[in-house]
Amino acid sequence: MDLAFFLIQLLNGLQYGLLLFLVSSGLTLVFGIMGIINLAHGSFYMVGAYLAWSLASMTGNLATAILLAIPLTVVLGMALERLLFRHLYSRDHLYQVLLTYGLILVFEELRSLIWGDDVHGVAVPALLNASIPLTENLSYPVYRLAISGVCLLLALALYFLIQKTRLGMMIRAGASNRDMVQSLGIDIKLIYTLVFALGVALAAFAGMINAPLSSVTPNMGSHVLIICFVVVVIGGIGSVKGAMAASLMIGLAETFGQVLVPEVAGMIVYVLMAIVLVWRPEGLFGRK
Amino acid sequence: MNNVRFSRSLPYAVIGLLAMFPMLDSTFYTQLLSKVLIMAIFAMSLDLLVGYTGLVSFGHAAYFGLAGYVLALLAAKFEAVSLWWSLPAAIGICVAFALATGMLVLRTRGIYFIMVTLAFAQMLFFVFHDTKLGGGSDGIYIYTKPTMNLGDTVLVNLEKLDQFYWLVLFCTAGTYFLLRRILGSSFGRALMGIKVNEHRMRALGFPVFRYQLASFALAGGLGGLAGYLAAVQFGFVNPEILSWHQSGAVLMMVILGGMGTLHGAVIGAFAFVLLQEVLSNQAWFGIAAKHWQLAMGILIMLVALYLPQGLAGLMNKFQRKPPPEAEEGADV
Amino acid sequence: MSQNDKDIFARREFLKGSAAIAGATAVGTLLPSAMALAQQGKLKVGLMLPYTGTFAQLGVAITNGFKLAVDERGGKLAGREIEFITVDDESNPAKAPENVNKLVQRDKVDVVIGTVHSGVVMGMAKVLKESGTLWINPNGGAGAMTGAACAPNFFRTSFSNWQTTHALGKVLKAKGHKTAVFITWKYAAGEEMMEGFKEGFEKEGGKLVKELYTPFPQVEFQALLTEIASIKPDAVVAFFAGGGAAKFLKDYQAAGLKGKIPLYGSGFLTDGVLDAVGDAAEGVETTLHYADGLDTKKDKAFRLAYAKTFKLQPDVYAVQGYDAGQLLAAGLEAVKGNVADKVGVIKGMEAAKIDSPRGQWTLSKAHNPVQDMYLRKVVGKENKSQGVAWKALADPARGCKA
Repeated sequence: MDLAFFLIQLLNGLQYGLLLFLVSSGLTLVFGIMGIINLAHGSFYMVGAYLAWSLASMTGNLATAILLAIPLTVVLGMALERLLFRHLYSRDHLYQVLLTYGLILVFEELRSLIWGDDVHGVAVPALLNASIPLTENLSYPVYRLAISGVCLLLALALYFLIQKTRLGMMIRAGASNRDMVQSLGIDIKLIYTLVFALGVALAAFAGMINAPLSSVTPNMGSHVLIICFVVVVIGGIGSVKGAMAASLMIGLAETFGQVLVPEVAGMIVYVLMAIVLVWRPEGLFGRK
Repeated sequence: MNNVRFSRSLPYAVIGLLAMFPMLDSTFYTQLLSKVLIMAIFAMSLDLLVGYTGLVSFGHAAYFGLAGYVLALLAAKFEAVSLWWSLPAAIGICVAFALATGMLVLRTRGIYFIMVTLAFAQMLFFVFHDTKLGGGSDGIYIYTKPTMNLGDTVLVNLEKLDQFYWLVLFCTAGTYFLLRRILGSSFGRALMGIKVNEHRMRALGFPVFRYQLASFALAGGLGGLAGYLAAVQFGFVNPEILSWHQSGAVLMMVILGGMGTLHGAVIGAFAFVLLQEVLSNQAWFGIAAKHWQLAMGILIMLVALYLPQGLAGLMNKFQRKPPPEAEEGADV
Repeated sequence: MSQNDKDIFARREFLKGSAAIAGATAVGTLLPSAMALAQQGKLKVGLMLPYTGTFAQLGVAITNGFKLAVDERGGKLAGREIEFITVDDESNPAKAPENVNKLVQRDKVDVVIGTVHSGVVMGMAKVLKESGTLWINPNGGAGAMTGAACAPNFFRTSFSNWQTTHALGKVLKAKGHKTAVFITWKYAAGEEMMEGFKEGFEKEGGKLVKELYTPFPQVEFQALLTEIASIKPDAVVAFFAGGGAAKFLKDYQAAGLKGKIPLYGSGFLTDGVLDAVGDAAEGVETTLHYADGLDTKKDKAFRLAYAKTFKLQPDVYAVQGYDAGQLLAAGLEAVKGNVADKVGVIKGMEAAKIDSPRGQWTLSKAHNPVQDMYLRKVVGKENKSQGVAWKALADPARGCKA
C-alpha cells in the first residue's frame, strides 16, 4: 500500500467513523442523560432508512423524502418517550433491556407488515451522483464526501447545543442531578422528552442519508446497534466527545482490518473494546 | 406446615410426571418438551448470575453456542462420538472460557457489565462467523449423535428420541438440585449477600471477586450443558445460536418466570417456548402466525412494565405470600 | 379423512417408518405391498423451496418451470398423475432437517425437489442420505452434494459453484489478462466459486494475486474497492447475487474502476439485476450455463410457453426447475411409472440426455450436469451470449465415492 492509497483508506475509515458517530451520539445522550439502556436504537436507524426509501420512491427525490421524514421521526421519539420510556427511569437496567428488546421485535414486525421483507436500493441524488478522480484508476464518490460533511456539521451543532446554549446547560444539569434541576423549576420531563426525540431523530437521519450507500434491508438495525454500543462504551457513557473519538477509532480499525487482516476483521472492534475496558473501565472520556 | 411439605415434594412430582411423558408416544411433543427442558437448564444457569449474584449478563448465549460448536467439531463425520468425554469436554471448555472472560468482565459494573458480556459474546460470534473453523456463516451439521458405550454395549444412544429425552430430563433435574444445594450453602448465601450489598460483604472480609468468578464459571458451564444438548437435538450449529438475540431470549425467560427463584426460571422457559410455539402455529392463527414476533414483542414489553416479579411473583401474589429473597432492585 | 385422522395416521407411520429406516442400508428395500400401493396412487412430489424471504422469487420460478415440464406432458409423468406437496424452507438451514423430514416421514413423498440455499441443501443431504428418497436439486450449488456427500439417490439439474467460475480462467487468458483479484462474500458458495476460478486461471498460467472477502450479506465495498485500485490487477472477478450484486456493480462504477480494470464474474453477478443498475453493468462479462439470445428452437419454444403460462419472463432458475421435471420424467419413463423400482428410476435418469433450453446436457457419475458454459456480455438489459466458453464442463466431484 503506497501513501496515496493509505490516505484514501484513511478517508474511507473516517467517513465510516463519522456516520457511526451520527448514530451513536443519540444513544450516548439518552444513555448518559436519562440513564436508559436502549436496545431499540438500531431500530430507529432502520425506520429512518425505510422512511427514506418509501418517501423517495413516492416523491422521486431523496432530499424531499428526508425533509418529510425528519418531523415524523421526532414525533415517533416523543411518543415513545411519553408512552414507554418514561416508566423506566427509576427501574433497574434489566427491565430497560427487556422492554427495548421487546420493542425491537415489534419494530421488525411492523416493518415487515408495512414495507415487506424485500431488500431495496435508494438512488444517489442526481446532484451528487458524480465521482472525483483521485488516482489513475480510482475516484471518490461525491455523495460519500457530502454525507461526511453533513455528519461533521451535525457534530459541531451538537457540541454547540450542549456546551453553549441554555437548553444544553439544563440538559447537563439534569444528567448530574435530576432533583435539583426540578426544584429549580425547570421542566425536566420536557427536557427528557426532547433529548429522547433528538436521539431518535439522529439515528433515523443517519439511516436516511446512508440508505443509498448501504441498501435498505430487514434487520439492518441489528448490526448498527451493537457497533453503537461498542462506541458508547469505549467513548464513555454520556460523552459526546468520547463517542466521536471512539467512532473514528472503530471506523479506522474496521476499514484497515478488512484490508490487512480479513480473517479476524469482525473481531477487531470487540478486542479493541476489551482492551480499553481493562485499561479504563469507565471508557475513554467517561466519568469515574 | 402442609404447604411447605407440598412445595418440597412438588419438584419430585413434576419430574416423575415428566419422566412418563414419552409413553404418550408423540414424537412431536417429546421433541418440543426436550427443547423446553434444555431451555430450562439454560435459564437456570443465567438465573444464577442475574437473580442470585446480581450480575446482568447479556452475553450468556456465548456458552450455549460454544458448547454446541465443541460437539460439532468433535463429532467425526460418520462415526458417533462418545458421550463420556465429549460432554465433559464441552462443559470444561465453557468453564475455562468463563474463567478467562470473567477475570476481565468482573472488573466492570452496571451498564458496563451488560455491554462487556455482550462484547465477548459478539467476539465469539465473529470467531465462528468469519473464520473457517466452524463452517463460517453457513454453520455445520452434526451427522451422527453421540452414544454412551460401556465396552461393546451401547448404554445410551441419543439417536433414540426417548433416550435423549430422559437424558435431558436427568440433566434438568440434576441442574435444579445442584443449584438448590449450592444456593442453600454458605457460598450461595454469600452470593446473595454480594447481590444486595457488595461493599458490606467486602468489608466483612468476603473475597467478593472470587465468589463472583466462581458463580460466573458455574453459570458458563451449565449454559454449556444446555448448548451441548441443544446441538445434539437439532444436529446443526450456526453462529446464530450465540447471537445476542439468543442472549436476549434467555434473559426474557428468566424474568418472565421470575428471577431469583429457580422454579421461576423453569416456568419461564416453559412459558417462553410454548408461547413461541403457540403464536407461530399456522393452524390456529393463519396468516398472523407469520408475524408472531409482534405478539411476542408486545408481551415482553408488558412483562417489563407490569410484571417485574415474573410469573412466579404472580403466583406468590395469589397465595398472598411475600416475594422470596431480597427484592430485586434493592441495590439501586 | 379429516385433517386430524391423517395426522394420527402419519404419526404412527412415522414411528414404524423410522425403525425401518434405521435397518435399511441400501435404496430400494421397500416391502412388496408398499410397492403395489404406490403404483396405484398419485405420484407424490415434495417441493421444498423458499416461498418467503430473499429467495422467494427463485422458489416461484423453479416451481413454475417444474410445473411447465409436467403440463407439457399432459399433467402426468409416465402416465402417473402428480400430487404436489409444498414446504416453505425459508432459506433457513437450522430448520432444514425438520422440513425435509416432514416431507419424507409425514407425507411419504416419492421424490423431493429442492432447494435454493446451499446451507439448506446440505441439511437435506443429511436426511435424504439416510432415507434414500429420490432427490432432485434444481439450484443450490454446494459442491459437497455431488462431491464428498454424494449418493445414488442425489441428482442436480443446475450447477456446482465450482462450474460457474471455472471457465473464466480460459476467458481471461484469451483476453491477455495475467493477474486477477477475486472478490466475494465470505461464505461457502463464495469460497467454492473462488476455488473454481483459481484452479482454471492458474492452469492457464494466470496468477490470482488477492482474494477479497466481505462478511455475508454485507454490501459495504468501499475499502475493498480501494484495495483493488491499489493492487492494479489486469482483471477483477466477482461473485455476488441479488441486491448485493446490484450494489457492487454500482459501487464499482462510482469508484471509477469501471473502464479501468475490466470486471468479470459468475453469471449470478448480472442475472436479474440489470433493471436496477442502469449502465453500471454494461459490458461486464460472465460465465453461466444459460444466456440470453441462445437462439435455439428449444429455448425459443420454452420462453414463449413460459411467458404465456405465467405472464413472466423465464430466467435461469425457471430453466433449472423445468429440467428437474424433464429429468424426473426420463427416470419414470424408464420404469413405466413404477417409482418403487428406485434402482430403475436412477438408471433411467443417469442415462437421460436432457434437451434443455440451455442446450443438451447429461449427468456426470456424481449426478451433476455436464454442460456447456456460455460466455455472456451485458448489452442493454440482456446477458447476451458470446458463444460457448467451455464445452461440456464437468464438476470434478472430488471426494465422491459412490
